[in-house]
Amino acid sequence: MIQTEGLKFAYPGSPEVLRGIDLKIKDDEFVAIMGENGAGKTTLVKTFNGLLMPSAGRVKVDGVDTHDSSVAKLSRDVGLVFQNPDHQLFSETVREELAFSLRNFGYEEDTIDRRVASILETLDLTRYAESSPFVLSGGERKRVALAAVLVWNPKHIILDEPTIGQDYQQKDRLRNFIIQLNAQGKTVIIISHDVEFVAECKPRIILLSRGLVIGDRPAEDILTDEALLDRASLTRPQIGALMHQLKDYGLPERTIDVYSAEQAILHALGRKE
Amino acid sequence: MSIVQANHLSFTYTGASKPSIEDISIGIAPGEFVVLTGPSGCGKTTICRCLNGLIPNFYSGDFAGELIVDGMSVKQHTTAELAPHVGMVFQNPENQLFSLSVERDVAFGPENLGLRREETRKRVDWALDVTGISRLKDKPPYELSGGQQQRAAIAAVLAMQPKVMILDEPTSFLDPKSALEILEVISDLNKKLGITIILVEHRLDIVSKHANRVIVMDNGRIVLDGTPKDVYGEHARLIGIGLPRVTVLFNLLQRDGIRFAETPTTVDEAVDVLRKMLIR
Amino acid sequence: MSLKVFDGFKFAKLPTPIHNMDPRAKFIMTMGIFAAALLFQNIYALIVIFLIQLPIVYASKSWRKWAGSMRAGLLLAVLIFVMNFVFGSTFVFSAAMTLRFVTLMSTFSLFFMTTSPDDLGLALEQTHVPYTLSFTFTTAVRLVPTMALDAQTVIDAQRSRGLELDRGNFMKRIRNYIPILIPLIVSAIRRSIELAEALESRGFGASPNRQPLIVLRMKATDYLVVTLTILMVTLAVYVYLYVPLPILDIPIKMPKIFPWF
Repeated sequence: MIQTEGLKFAYPGSPEVLRGIDLKIKDDEFVAIMGENGAGKTTLVKTFNGLLMPSAGRVKVDGVDTHDSSVAKLSRDVGLVFQNPDHQLFSETVREELAFSLRNFGYEEDTIDRRVASILETLDLTRYAESSPFVLSGGERKRVALAAVLVWNPKHIILDEPTIGQDYQQKDRLRNFIIQLNAQGKTVIIISHDVEFVAECKPRIILLSRGLVIGDRPAEDILTDEALLDRASLTRPQIGALMHQLKDYGLPERTIDVYSAEQAILHALGRKE
Repeated sequence: MSIVQANHLSFTYTGASKPSIEDISIGIAPGEFVVLTGPSGCGKTTICRCLNGLIPNFYSGDFAGELIVDGMSVKQHTTAELAPHVGMVFQNPENQLFSLSVERDVAFGPENLGLRREETRKRVDWALDVTGISRLKDKPPYELSGGQQQRAAIAAVLAMQPKVMILDEPTSFLDPKSALEILEVISDLNKKLGITIILVEHRLDIVSKHANRVIVMDNGRIVLDGTPKDVYGEHARLIGIGLPRVTVLFNLLQRDGIRFAETPTTVDEAVDVLRKMLIR
Repeated sequence: MSLKVFDGFKFAKLPTPIHNMDPRAKFIMTMGIFAAALLFQNIYALIVIFLIQLPIVYASKSWRKWAGSMRAGLLLAVLIFVMNFVFGSTFVFSAAMTLRFVTLMSTFSLFFMTTSPDDLGLALEQTHVPYTLSFTFTTAVRLVPTMALDAQTVIDAQRSRGLELDRGNFMKRIRNYIPILIPLIVSAIRRSIELAEALESRGFGASPNRQPLIVLRMKATDYLVVTLTILMVTLAVYVYLYVPLPILDIPIKMPKIFPWF
């Protein structure tokens, strides 16, 4: 469980970015942290693995206060995938890149070989094992960056804006993969402003605005609340907007994904599928 | 008379094993609002680079066929010569704005053209006004929000008064609200100033209402070309482009046997169609 | 490794007379102090020259940043002192050389702190430095804080993969910086290419005759500063040549431990 109590954070000499956050994220939850640019989303997740220490209040990961631990120790359980893969990739081959973290954590060489082979397989990267990460396309580099974190199998995974620059098919694969990870028992936290993507995933949404939590409810509640969306510079997902405008015709307003909408409309038109 | 005319255009980057774009032949009329889309790697960015002369001037490779923009062949002119005719706005606003004030960044283009100070002044003020950021002119770009930065980037290109503007995924880094706002700005450029727009986008849900033409590419070739309604069918879905959710919904309902007069591409259209059906 | 060393050279816009000074006048003033500091070896003179900066720092309202930049150079200052002292110079002489270094560093830091890279570029352009050179310079300066941010992100990303930068012997620590340097360099190159594309697309180099929208004009106060600087330098030369300065004689020298003395 990741827990924050009265979490405040400010960079020295700057106004507070996080102004008092109380959160509980249980194991194997699927959470999306959303909010306008500058709301504090990335700052918040950086306190989860110790990169940033609270200016006030506490962050506890699986019962351990982050003050009493270190980034290296916390990272074993909290894997943070950064937005831009170019900020991570540096090795001669993809294989070396994936082995990097395992070496840092002190694994044995044969365990390393095994784990690297396994994650290459899982993320469909085996054919790039001996390639330089720098010659891969943008989407492939993002997959390598993801693999580089998953390779050590952390309990909690945080993905910072995983959908930027991805095309539809890549986002589709990503969504399925995230849901699979969550089904395997991992806590999955994504930061995203991609309303359509989140609407199809239907996670719990923690809505941040100017350093405070302004909403913490299931996606169907947050993404249909006009006032909240407006404060966080978000828009209704298309399906949600459609249902909202047709609510007087008997369609359920809290539907935000395509398949539920399909069922609802078929039902309203008197057909069953 | 087309403002953009491509004839059997192909390009292979130096060292690449196959062409990035192959046998592209299209004509774009002045004043069109074209959305260019397709899966990653389909060649959209390569076409953009050809359109403003970065290919072949900045990027080397095998250039075959012909591309004429506003009467100028890109093979025979430098990017600088093409700049007053065709401008390009890139994905990441941060790496396009380099001055310490918005005003100086917007002035950069006209200054490069060697214009007189008074003319530059006029153009800068005009471009800032059109994009709605006049009050931000003395601010450093890094103090602006993503949406404001993209407006500044558009103003910087606009100041050169090109007839054609290419925008490569300009909403990528923007939050949903800013994305919608920037598309309004771009739409105004098209409707009020008559600038031909070529917009590369994955997020077809937000651009469909502005576009009068959608070109879908796959593997370096153009595979679909028409109005949004013409293009957003089963074939498009199979290619894997990001159709608007309402269109996907209606395609599913059609497979379930429901008949529609036409497939909506925007929420408003979808509401109209369903409302009529639900009243019955 | 603290990135705060860059803070002392980072421009921040403040409405002070120093910030508003024409960069050319400011540069002449900086060079004046620079020349005076190089001229003297006498510790009293160097102290006076160092102190001349203080009213300027006061007028620019940048105490903390200025002090910060000196703290950053502390290591190098200590090194200079030790090098001089160990190789046989007197305590006073070593202190004088250290003070000279500190003065040079702090005066340039003050210059960059109060002058925007754009104004610098304009100044260079208007003194007929070729445009491509002045542009390269100001873009480089402009990108320093951006790259510092990039560096911090890279450090965060790699630490999140278990990289520990404060462990291990000397060799290991150096090797640990490879996963920081490479992404940083790659990032810098990608950023430069993107910027170059954008600039080309806006006609960079289209015409050799640029009329910048904004032009620097020297005001009366700027000419005053230049005049004062010339006077100061002249005075310094005069004092150096003709005025015998008191000598501070503290007989401390390096004890003769080493055989080469």
